[in-house]
Amino acid sequence: MSEPAPNPAKKSAWRAYLPLIIFGLFAVVLIITMVRINTGDLNIRDVPSPFIGRSVPDFKLPLLDGSGVLTQETFKGKITLLNVWASWCYACRQEHEAIKWLASKGVRVLGFNYKDEVKDAQAWLQQLGNPYAQVVSDLDGRVGIEWGVYGAPETFVIDSKGIIRDKRIGPVDEAYIEKTLTPLLEKLHAEMEAPTT
Amino acid sequence: MIPELGHFSLIIAFAIAILLSVVPLIGAAKNDAAIMAFARPAALAQLLFVGLAYAALTHAFIVHDFSVLYVSRHSNLVQPLLYRISGVWGSHEGSLLLWSLILCLWTTAVAVYSRSLPEVLVARVLAVMGMISVGFLAFMLFTSNPFERLFPAPADGNALNPLLQDPGLAIHPPMLYMGYVGFSVAFAFAIAALLGGKLDATWARWSRPWTTIAWSFLTIGIALGSWWAYNELGWGGWWFWDPVENASFMPWLVGTALIHSLASTEKRGVFKSWTVLLAILAFSMSLLGTFIVRSGVLVSVHAFATDPARGVFILIFLCLVVGGSLALYAWRGEAVSKHGRFDWFSRETALVFNNVILLTAAVAVFVGTLYPLVLDAFSLGKISVGRPYFDSMFALVSVPLLILLGIGPFVRWKGDDPARVAKQLRFIFLIALALGAVIPFVFEGNLPIATALGVAAAIWVALGTFYGLYLRWRSGARMPLSFLGMTLAHLGIACFVLGVTFVMSYSTEKDLRMEPGSSYTVAGYEFVFLGTHQVQGPNYVADEGMLELRKDGELIGELAPQKRRYSGQNNDMTEASIDDGLFRDLYAAMGEPLGGGAWSLRLYYKPMIRWIWLGCIFMGLGGLLAVSDRRYRLRVKMAQTSATITPVANH
Repeated sequence: MSEPAPNPAKKSAWRAYLPLIIFGLFAVVLIITMVRINTGDLNIRDVPSPFIGRSVPDFKLPLLDGSGVLTQETFKGKITLLNVWASWCYACRQEHEAIKWLASKGVRVLGFNYKDEVKDAQAWLQQLGNPYAQVVSDLDGRVGIEWGVYGAPETFVIDSKGIIRDKRIGPVDEAYIEKTLTPLLEKLHAEMEAPTT
Repeated sequence: MIPELGHFSLIIAFAIAILLSVVPLIGAAKNDAAIMAFARPAALAQLLFVGLAYAALTHAFIVHDFSVLYVSRHSNLVQPLLYRISGVWGSHEGSLLLWSLILCLWTTAVAVYSRSLPEVLVARVLAVMGMISVGFLAFMLFTSNPFERLFPAPADGNALNPLLQDPGLAIHPPMLYMGYVGFSVAFAFAIAALLGGKLDATWARWSRPWTTIAWSFLTIGIALGSWWAYNELGWGGWWFWDPVENASFMPWLVGTALIHSLASTEKRGVFKSWTVLLAILAFSMSLLGTFIVRSGVLVSVHAFATDPARGVFILIFLCLVVGGSLALYAWRGEAVSKHGRFDWFSRETALVFNNVILLTAAVAVFVGTLYPLVLDAFSLGKISVGRPYFDSMFALVSVPLLILLGIGPFVRWKGDDPARVAKQLRFIFLIALALGAVIPFVFEGNLPIATALGVAAAIWVALGTFYGLYLRWRSGARMPLSFLGMTLAHLGIACFVLGVTFVMSYSTEKDLRMEPGSSYTVAGYEFVFLGTHQVQGPNYVADEGMLELRKDGELIGELAPQKRRYSGQNNDMTEASIDDGLFRDLYAAMGEPLGGGAWSLRLYYKPMIRWIWLGCIFMGLGGLLAVSDRRYRLRVKMAQTSATITPVANH
């Protein structure tokens, strides 16, 4: 067979399939997600964190108001929510009412200001109200990595021994408070009051 | 009774849509004019029945028929008429109905204004649009029936989300949908061309005006959404990179690439298959946006009430439409393409770069929005990509785009001499740099480098655009509306960039505790807080703050921000009060009461923020101006004899 004349349509034919292939891969991702959501295998707001059941990582962070530093010691003897937020985070504003409500019910909430500017963060708190017992600031997000923070908002539930018991990805909402948080906090209080064996 | 009629109309429309998507194609395959002639009346009938259904739902809202579940969820007895009418599209089911109605309007517009097109093409285009309609009507009928009854009917309903009770938001979704759905016309033309295997410059000329109209609506729709967020959310921001915002921005970016690529295809016959691919992509992005917003796969604050069953339906639909059309493209796309010739330095090359940059931006947004989802699917963890990613991404993309925008329109088609263009533009370049340094200094007294660059880029684009206009005028050549439209749209970009630069560089925000009688000065403007009083609205009560604005001691305005509590809602809503001006906005929003008449207040100074939306309006109007060009109007005139003139094409 002699060398065929270059045929542009033939030569570049595979390129025409490229968009289809890319879309196909993407569709597979979407399908897997939908299937997993539908089978209850995946709840987009609730993620098993490898940190659950482990002690909080060691850290030392300055307080946002510059009045000192906070370390993992702060969790000893108290049940605490650690709420990761940032002034650039859209969803954080949405959940802030819920955080305030929790704080008003006597839950100890620590703020973890993530990848933010001090000035912005302070303005944000002044504007929306400050429910936090204390706020640490992790300006470059380095400590956030240790905690496995993916983004904001996230909320960790930490027991009085400093062990992470649950982690919420995305805004804390009514359903989460009712179904997960309230029973968990009750359990933690019961554990704390029970004599250690 | 009327809601049942509405439901029944939807079922009839569904049947018509099925026929519309099949019969004309049979006619086209057999080349039988009588069968193909079915398409136009079917399109009209479809509009009639979807319109009836839409009217039925609106009626239920207006007369407070709370036995309709959807009405009882999204309106109550005290809701003003405007928000009862806009309540129709306030949530998932009704907004789908609006989507379908707009699709029918576009379909009818194509049916009416296509008398000069070959019948085979019209038949195929209308059939493709019919298929899309089938998908959406089925989606509504099987998973999201807006006419579902509630028994027993409650005496009063839940109010529409107070956030949505704003005139800006009342018209934002219809505008946005006009854009989203409008891309279905370009899509249908592309599919029809692939089906027919005939893809030439006339194809581009036919789809171009439709695409531009859709793009104009989308531009204005997005701007309205941004304006609403600024007014209503009380945070002083105008864009938040929320997944739902991104869902509207991705089709805009691809659509912008498409209208430029269509220009090359129409004028020079180049990039045909690429343009077809963009037409498919633009509409695919619209569908993807719908999927993101309604399926609950991404966490977003303005997501609709989500339901996995709906997610599955729309995912299947998405796969069929996008997968099917890309498969068709793979099969036919390259075969129909014949490349024209052009030099490395030519208008064509400039438009290639335009497309590359715009698509890079679209991919950046796409990745940022959907990356979390990909990780999710394979349990690789969770991530949310915040504002820092998008902001830095966009700074990177806009620099080459704006430089290119200043040059592109001066470069001739086919090939040009770089030295000639450089000679034309060198002064503009120097002036832009100089003004970039001077203007921020004059206005604000300092000069950050990013600001200087932003201003220089805006001036570069604006001066270049004006200079192009001048050259055209001096040469005595015709000044077609399409050229003026392009000029206006490019000036819009300059306005937009200038606004964004100033807002990002010089906004001042203060959060303060203010007692009655106290005052605070922001950027030279004194805000005097006089106290608050109670105000009764139609369906809310509010604490209204009274503020005076003074400049150099002189009273220049008053602000009345409100903290509202709507009946039937527990959350307080912030209604910001804004003293707007072309060069600055003064903005006050109420925070929390602090006791003793004192309040926490947010005071903002936002220089030139209006230019952001003004720029978008220019872009949108530019698009509409371009479509009014004679060469498009000639064809419309020919169709004017037809009885129905829809608002869509009546520009």
